[in-house]
This record gives sequence, structure tokens and C-alpha cells, in this order.
Amino acid sequence: MNRNVKRTVLICCGPGCLSNQGMDVYEEFKTKILISGLDVDLRSAVETENACVTDTLHPGIKTDLETMVSPAVKATGCQGLCEMGPLVRIEPDSIFYTKVKVSDVTEIIEKTLMENRVVERLLYKDPVQGRKVRAREEAEFYKSQLKVALRNVGEIDPESLDDYIERDGYRALKIVLSQKTSEDVLSEIEKSGLRGRGGAGFPTGRKWRQCARTGNYPKYVICNGDEGDPGAFMDRSIMEGDPHSVIEGMIIGAYAVGSHEGFMYIRDEYFLAIQNMTKALEQARREGFLGKNILGSGFDFDIQIVRGGGAFVCGESTALMASIEGKVGEPRAKYIRSVEKGLWGKPTVLNNVETWANVPVIINKGADWFCSIGTERSKGTKVFSLVGKVRNTGLIEVPMGVTLRRIIFDIGGGIAGGRKFKAVQTGGPSGGCIPESLLDLKVDFDTLDEAGSMMGSGGMIVMDDRTCMVDVARYYLNFLSEESCGKCVPCREGIRRMLEILNDICEGRGRQGDIELLAELGETVREASLCGLGKTAPNPVLTTIKYFKDEYLAHIEDKTCPAGVCKNLTTYYIDKTLCKSCGLCKKNCPSEAIEEKLEGYFINLLKCIKCGSCMNACRFGAVKILAGIMRKL
Amino acid sequence: MVLHDYTYTNTILKKYPREQRHLLAILQDIQRHYNYLPRKSLDMVRDYLDIPLSKLYSMATFYRALSLKPKGEYVIKVCDGTACHIKSSQSIIDEIRKVLNIDSGETTGDGKFSLETVNCLGSCAASPVMVINDKFYGKVIPSMVGGILSEYGGPEN
Repeated sequence: MNRNVKRTVLICCGPGCLSNQGMDVYEEFKTKILISGLDVDLRSAVETENACVTDTLHPGIKTDLETMVSPAVKATGCQGLCEMGPLVRIEPDSIFYTKVKVSDVTEIIEKTLMENRVVERLLYKDPVQGRKVRAREEAEFYKSQLKVALRNVGEIDPESLDDYIERDGYRALKIVLSQKTSEDVLSEIEKSGLRGRGGAGFPTGRKWRQCARTGNYPKYVICNGDEGDPGAFMDRSIMEGDPHSVIEGMIIGAYAVGSHEGFMYIRDEYFLAIQNMTKALEQARREGFLGKNILGSGFDFDIQIVRGGGAFVCGESTALMASIEGKVGEPRAKYIRSVEKGLWGKPTVLNNVETWANVPVIINKGADWFCSIGTERSKGTKVFSLVGKVRNTGLIEVPMGVTLRRIIFDIGGGIAGGRKFKAVQTGGPSGGCIPESLLDLKVDFDTLDEAGSMMGSGGMIVMDDRTCMVDVARYYLNFLSEESCGKCVPCREGIRRMLEILNDICEGRGRQGDIELLAELGETVREASLCGLGKTAPNPVLTTIKYFKDEYLAHIEDKTCPAGVCKNLTTYYIDKTLCKSCGLCKKNCPSEAIEEKLEGYFINLLKCIKCGSCMNACRFGAVKILAGIMRKL
Repeated sequence: MVLHDYTYTNTILKKYPREQRHLLAILQDIQRHYNYLPRKSLDMVRDYLDIPLSKLYSMATFYRALSLKPKGEYVIKVCDGTACHIKSSQSIIDEIRKVLNIDSGETTGDGKFSLETVNCLGSCAASPVMVINDKFYGKVIPSMVGGILSEYGGPEN
């Protein structure tokens, strides 16, 4: 470990760590370091080797050279490994601490910052390697990743423009405005092969060119930061952790298509994203990156923030535009494309947060570099929020073409609690569930489409044997039936009817022929709906029927839910041969349904609310689901 | 019932030019201040922007962020995003329902608690998640619910 180096303490304040008191850890570091007088740059004093100077300046600390440190403390955006939060990194020593509590802060300051020692117990234990690792780069979770869109997230203080500029921020904008024509930018983006990261995967360069070609003015540029997908927080993390990269991308895009006004549609619940974005816009304006005559180039462009109203359908481009106009967010048929008639009937380019964040890198490093990453038809990387029953939940970015198995078992560290993998759901409500047999599929736009799922915006939800696939299908349809705007009949009525059938199946009223009816309805909804919401709504149902038909049959014919989720079809019991009488099940039961008798624990079925807490708590697999009970009754 | 000072609606309106594009933002500000959209405030918006009341109602019922009914002192939001759902968020909702005797979307008779299910709070790593006003509870299991609610003066079974 280097001595007398200017260190940086990076504390993750992403959504996952914030929910684990990450902000308290940050505040504690700041206060403790201020009190101890460490937060002063001592390098000049070290250079002159004048220990007396430091002695008088900071009477509270030892004055020998070894203890002279001057840490900068930074609250960063998401560092990725949300499961182990709050995360603390000390650079340049590459020390990576996980699950840091407020009470650990003093020890880190004393041992690591002042005495150059590592606090062993806070190091991360890699579930794949089975040992503790000191630097983040050694962990499997980080090894296979490649950060392009997330290049600054977790590395910089999102509120500091200087931090952004230090890492090549606004360099691409300078290059574009001083050396490139809009045609140059268009062909560079086209050449890069960048496809929209919002889910549909439309080639970004082509979209921009179509908009640039229209001679109708004004033109608008929009960033979709609504992110209504349940189980996804990629866009949130980028907006919170690196707001300037999105702004820079938008300015470059605006320059390429000839727009002077931009909008950011950000989900209202994302309070921190709105706050950081607002600050970043002010900073960019102040420094001349935004507004009139940007960097003296004569190009004008400004961005306004619009808060979303909490409607999933507003992720659909035409609905989003209606919402910006102050109307109900209903989509329209796209026989005329938004690039010709979008916001207020004017040509509009709409891209998602992650797409915009990729743009400055492509300009900086060139289209050829970007092209060298990924697969033939899906270039670059993709950010995923890896959640569900996986060990390392968090935010990841991988090159396109990495297999699902690598994501779930290497980066994700495998299934939590040692259970068995069942499926992975990609693409949110528009996507589908992929079974174990397809784990070696490469993750890119086209391969996932072929499997009946889709890339989507990047939610990746891992499911184990305690997840009921019929319930998952029902869950998405329930979500979509609430979120359907109701404008077109196939979506409004079709989804509702499918949901009714799924409700029946889950509640034990499933009948022969239900599966076929679901498939038929699904095809109709997919064919006849107006917008993407309806067109993709049947995906979760159709893929679960395709890959998990057995489970549907168990619900319909045997009246059993093999995963123990559907309450009407589940009866728990304790297998006496496996029970070790540890009492964990009883402790976790909210309804006092577990009783202790001479011969061991057993479940009082009259009191049991079938929440499954006992099964989740049992370490010996003694709590089991009784099969076929309903049929027998 | 609390008597509202509706003049604050005017303060909100004055921040925005008289253009329809600001309608959603205006309604969000009103919602944030009053905790719902009072009829009187809607009348004032109608007059200010010259938009029919029916349109305001269609906005209010379309967007999830807006509500025509007053909410309770403590708003309990249980996340039912996919990650939370597969980690049994439904059991937490059931448990709250049992303790407070209200369904999702309802407010207790004394105006103390409102229960809402939300679609994703973006904190999937801590799933299942619930939020009471601004306080965050991660990795909740049904047996914790009673204790959490009693922090806010909820019935202790």
C-alpha cells in the first residue's frame, strides 16, 4: 500500500445502498474525517518533509510521515453490488469493503486510512471463489463486466462537474462542435451499430438520420427516463450517478439532427434522479455546455425536465410525447413516425437514458472501437439490473453476447440460499421467462427475441423453485391490465380476459382447455393491439406456457402449486424425518400456526396463512408442500 | 376533516405559464401539497388554463401519481415489483390488510394509514420492500409487519 498518497473514499449512495443507510455511512465518514483533521491536502507538507508544519496544523494526529493522508470523501452513484451494500471503496489502493455500518467507520479511518491496514472482516467474500477478495477487480462479479454506459457511475461524485470533466466529460462535445459536421456525427453513430437500449433495439443512427433529413422545424430531442418496468433500475442509476453523460449525449444528438430544444421525461418517484439532473443542467448551463451559443460554436440547445405521472404506458414513445404535451398519456398508431411528426407534431428523436449515455463514448473512442464489442448485430454493452433469487443482486454491464449462464452463475454468484434455478425473466412485462435448458443463450437483441423473450430495458429477474411460473404470468398480466390505457379493445379487453383465466387457474378453478384459450387470446392481443404495451403483453404468458406447461397442468389438473405460491393450491407440512426441532419456522411464522408437540413441530392448518415463511426459514428442507391434496379432498 | 387553504393553489398556478403543457406538473404540485387533488383546486386550474373539468378528471384518474381521494397521515407503500413479488410481497400486503383492515388503495377510518401497492421502487436488492412516508424497510417478512406498524401507532394485534 502506498503511503502519503491522496486517497479517495468512495461511498456508494445508489438506490440499494441508500436503503441500507449508505447516506449515514457517508455522513459519518465526512464528520469523522473533519474532526480528525484528515481532510486537508498534506502533500505539500510531505514534499518539504517538514513534520512540524503538520504538527501545528493538525495536533490531533500523529505527525510521522506514514500517517499523512488526505482523503477526499465522495458519495457516488451505484457501484453495482447492491446485495452487499453499503459499499465503500478506497482508491488508489483498490480496497473494497462491503456491508459497512456506521459503527465501522472509525475503524476504517484508523486502520486503513491512517495505518495502511486492511479491515479483514469487511472484505467481500466471493461466493464463486469461496474466499475473501481485497480489490473489487478480483471479484467474479466485477471481472466479467465491461462498463461503457456506466463508465462513471460509482466512480465520481454525481454533483461534481469537475469529476465528470476529469474523466473525459464534455470532451466528445468539444470535438463534435469544433471538428465535426452533423453529417460526421450521424455517420459515426450509424457506423457504431448502436441500437436503442430502451428495449425495441431500433438502430439509433438510422433514427437520427431520418429526423435530420426532414426539413420541418422546430425539432425536438427527448430522453426517456420514465423506466416503468418493475424490477429495473438501470436508468435510475445512470441519471443519479452520472447525469452529465446523458446531457452530453443529448446535446450531441441535438447537434446531429438540428434540434434546439430537449426534454427529459423522468419518473416522478425518482426524486434523487430529478435532483441530480436538475443540478447537472444548471452546471452545464453555467459552464457554457448548454444554452445559447454552446462553447462559442453558434449552436443553441437547452433541456427541460418533465416529471412523469406514473403510468407505465408513458414509456411508449407516442404516449410519452402526449404526456409532455400535458395530455393523458395515450399512444397513437405509428403510421407516421415520430421522427417526422412527434412532439407537437414536429420531428422528434426519442431515446432512452442508456442510449444517450453511450453517445459521448462512441464519439471519444470511435465507432470502430464500439463495433469491436458485442455480437454481429448487437454492438456494445448492455446494462442489466440483476435481481430476484440470485446471490449477487445488483447493477451490471456486460458486452452483448455473454451467456445467461455467465451472468447468473459467475457475475450473479448463483442462486441464493442454495436453491435450484428455475427461470430467468428478461425484458420486464414485455419479455418472457427463459428456462434452464436455454441458459447458454447469448444475450443480445435477436437471440432473446427468438427465444420468445426480449432484451427490454434490462431487467433480469432470476427465479428459483419457489417461484410459481403461472403466478409470474398472472403478475405481469395484472400489472399490464392496470396499466393498459384502454384506448384499443384488444389490449383493454384481451389482457383482462387472459388475467381472469389465470386468476382462475391460480385459485384452483382452472379447467381443461384454459391453456389453449390463453394461447389463442394471446396471439390475438399480440396481433391486434395498437402499441407496444399490448403487442408484447402476452409474452410472459406465452413463454411460460411454452417452457413450463407442466406447471400449468399441475394447477389445472392436480390442483397443486408445485412452488407453493398459489395459496388455494398449497398445503404445507413438516417432514418429521428431516426436522431438527430448531424452532426457526415457529419464530418466523406470523400467525402462530406452528406448534410444538412431543414428537416435534407441526403446522396447524386452521391457523396457517400459507405465506411460506416457515419454508423459507427452514435450513433442513423439512417444510414441504403436500401434492395433490385438493384433488383428494 | 382538515380545512384547506386553497389559496396555495394560486401560488402553484402562478409558477407556470398558461399553457396546457404544464398541466401535469401543476396537478403534481397540487397533489404534493394537499396530498390529493381537492375539487376546489381543480376548479381553479380549470379557470387558469381554460381546460374543461372533464379533462382534468381524465388526467387525475389516468396518472398513478394523482389521487382524487385524500390520503392518510402515513402512506404505506408496499413494492410489488417483480423482484419483490417473487420474494412474497403479497404476504406482506396480506398481513398489513389483516392488521389495519384496509385494502390496497384504501385509508383507515381514522385517517391514519393509507395502503398502496407500487410497481417498483428501484430498490430490488432489498426486496421485498415497504416504505412508510419516507422511511424505508427492506427484506421485510410477514412477522415484522405488526412491529413496524406499531411504530406509527398501529394496532398491536
